[in-house]
Amino acid sequence: MTAAEQEQDPQVHKHTISVLLENKFGALNRVAGMFSAKGYNLESITVGPTEDESVSRMTIVTTGDDAIIEQIIKQLNKLIDTLKVVDLTYESFMERELALIKVSTSADTRSEIMQIAEIFRAKIVDISHKTMTVEATGSGQKVDAIIKMLKPFHIKELARTGRVALKREFVGDV
Amino acid sequence: MTHSSSHQRLMTGAEIFVRSLVEEKVDVVFGYPGGAVIGIYDALHDISDIKHILTRHEQGAVHAAEGYSKASGRPGVALVTSGPGATNTVTGIADAYMDSIPIVVFTGQVALKLIGNDAFQEADIVGITRPITKHNYLVRDVNELAATIKEAFYVATTGRPGPVLVDLPKDVMASKAVFSYPKSVKLRSYQPHTEGHQKQLSKAAELIAKAKRPVLYVGGGTILSGASEELTAFARATGIPVTTTLHGLGAFPESDELSLGMLGMHGTWYSNTAVHYSDLLIAVGARFDDRVTGRTDAFAPEAKKIHIDIDPSNISKNVKVDVPIVGDVKTVLKQLTPMVKPLDTKDWVRTIRAWKEEHPLRYRNGKEVRMQHVIQTLSGLTKGNAVMVSDVGQHQMWMAQFFNYMLPRTHLTSGGLGTMGFSLPAAMGAAFARRDIPVISVSGDGGFQMNIQELATIREHSVPVKIIILNNGYLGMVRQWQQLFWRKRYSHVEMFGPDFVKVAEAYGIPGFRATQTAEVEETLRRLLDTEGPALAEFRVMKEDNVYPMIPAGQTYNEIMDVPEATEEEQGERLELVTIAKG
Repeated sequence: MTAAEQEQDPQVHKHTISVLLENKFGALNRVAGMFSAKGYNLESITVGPTEDESVSRMTIVTTGDDAIIEQIIKQLNKLIDTLKVVDLTYESFMERELALIKVSTSADTRSEIMQIAEIFRAKIVDISHKTMTVEATGSGQKVDAIIKMLKPFHIKELARTGRVALKREFVGDV
Repeated sequence: MTHSSSHQRLMTGAEIFVRSLVEEKVDVVFGYPGGAVIGIYDALHDISDIKHILTRHEQGAVHAAEGYSKASGRPGVALVTSGPGATNTVTGIADAYMDSIPIVVFTGQVALKLIGNDAFQEADIVGITRPITKHNYLVRDVNELAATIKEAFYVATTGRPGPVLVDLPKDVMASKAVFSYPKSVKLRSYQPHTEGHQKQLSKAAELIAKAKRPVLYVGGGTILSGASEELTAFARATGIPVTTTLHGLGAFPESDELSLGMLGMHGTWYSNTAVHYSDLLIAVGARFDDRVTGRTDAFAPEAKKIHIDIDPSNISKNVKVDVPIVGDVKTVLKQLTPMVKPLDTKDWVRTIRAWKEEHPLRYRNGKEVRMQHVIQTLSGLTKGNAVMVSDVGQHQMWMAQFFNYMLPRTHLTSGGLGTMGFSLPAAMGAAFARRDIPVISVSGDGGFQMNIQELATIREHSVPVKIIILNNGYLGMVRQWQQLFWRKRYSHVEMFGPDFVKVAEAYGIPGFRATQTAEVEETLRRLLDTEGPALAEFRVMKEDNVYPMIPAGQTYNEIMDVPEATEEEQGERLELVTIAKG
């Protein structure tokens, strides 16, 4: 959802929901299928193993008003393979997203792109005569920002992972 | 390794499957063989504990399993082959999902190594049924088969019940393992809780104590939970009037003074009126379906709302409630009953009594057979002591209105999905569960033709189903909507039908016909008195409408009751028949 759309409906907010699931065949399909069957907005979904290999963690970014988010959480809990659902939105949490951004370069623009990457603490992970690929990690906003900065150079290809998140234990700023 | 209850001999998956069903005390399986399940059918051949009923279509097998389950409270079981066999179960599974019916559907599947190869009779039935099952499984290892079956039955029957599908690849069923059936299931990810939260119960008790115009709004969850007795005790102890949903019919005896009959789109005038003016609505195992609420913001506008439901996702899904209680209806009512005192609802009940007298259920009877009259007569003849299985459409609503339901699990219908063709196979399944009271299937001429093939199954096993066809030559409910809301443009609702009595006879089933009102009672008596299966066709009035009616998405204020008699009708000197529940 764009900022403009969010302004239109002040009830609608972005939520980051962390789901622990039995690491079983088809678990991702059950969650993704539930979102499409119920018509919920699914901004990003990531899934991977956890410290316990029988459990997967799914991180879902979605938008909706309070009633919809309440239903989403209930519907996630209703899935037989779901172990735990936490809406991180109202907690202190860490979030990271990774993007690989392949940008057109020439001898003229190469150093400027490297400077931008440095400002965002991003890495250059591939280079050719005509391109450079930047690996950026950080919050969704940070990734948005570096993409915006690199856009004028012409982004040839872009891959984003979607958000992963964990609840913070430390109270206060790190 | 020791297996206390195991047999060390290696068994094939097919044998394990059959033994597992025996462990689950399954006595009837409705099914249809095919290439992918031929091994299972071979194993089934030797088992005398399980009766296999060969339906004439896989949809019939699933509806039969539903009917069996609805009538008995035990899980129904269907077994079909892969591909088309599996896809033919989809409507029945969706139906069971909408109405929370515990069934377990076993589908054959091509061998594991062929999955995904577009093999002969391959369909991704686990993918197809994911959104319409409570849960489903693909068994990939014969060593997991018994535990998966145990889990499937457990998931289907606990919490909010529902259909579970287990997909059985052919090679897995041919592989061998030691059979050991688990004694219990414990899933760390699925632990439905049945007890109501004490704090919520106290809040509910407080609201109840203050109520002047309370109404109990009772749904199918009450029957699924086996809580009719607890509900009846609760209503009588508190003096709170009871209205039921389509699926709640039978949860509370409709002869009771506190009964308001059904509410909603085609509910009684007085139940909808009572709900509209209530100051407390207690939803018990009901889900605020759109056919009940109409426009949600105008539903029971003055009432505080208590909602008892096993499924947390039902709470505040359609209508915001004040006190949700998540738990099993039976358990929660047992907890709540001692916390409440008798209320002084005398004035409220008296007001409702006046509404019943002013606006009873009505129809104008005449020479032409009215569906309402057939159903009312049936109600009188059986005294509510029958399992009534309706199909979908006008007759379904009139069956809800003009039959007096006295007992739980005596009204079976396809409510959520509204599946035409449900009645005949479901009644057949119900008759395998209940031999103590008559099972009566009622369909319109449209729905009956959707699973007409099950007449063969019924005849083959002499299943004592009494079959009623209310034939108006129309898809009556669609015609009614076209008349009322689409300027009477009858688009594709009139239909030719066969001679149903001859059809019955062709299947070897005795058939009767009534074409005028004077013949109704006698025809019904003959039908009920016939040993084994029998069919009666009633040629009924072509154009009649179900009232009262609150048009879809509208409010109580838009309620339409039976219109004044037209001049023509007045000329006919029709008899106005009225009945009120309770």
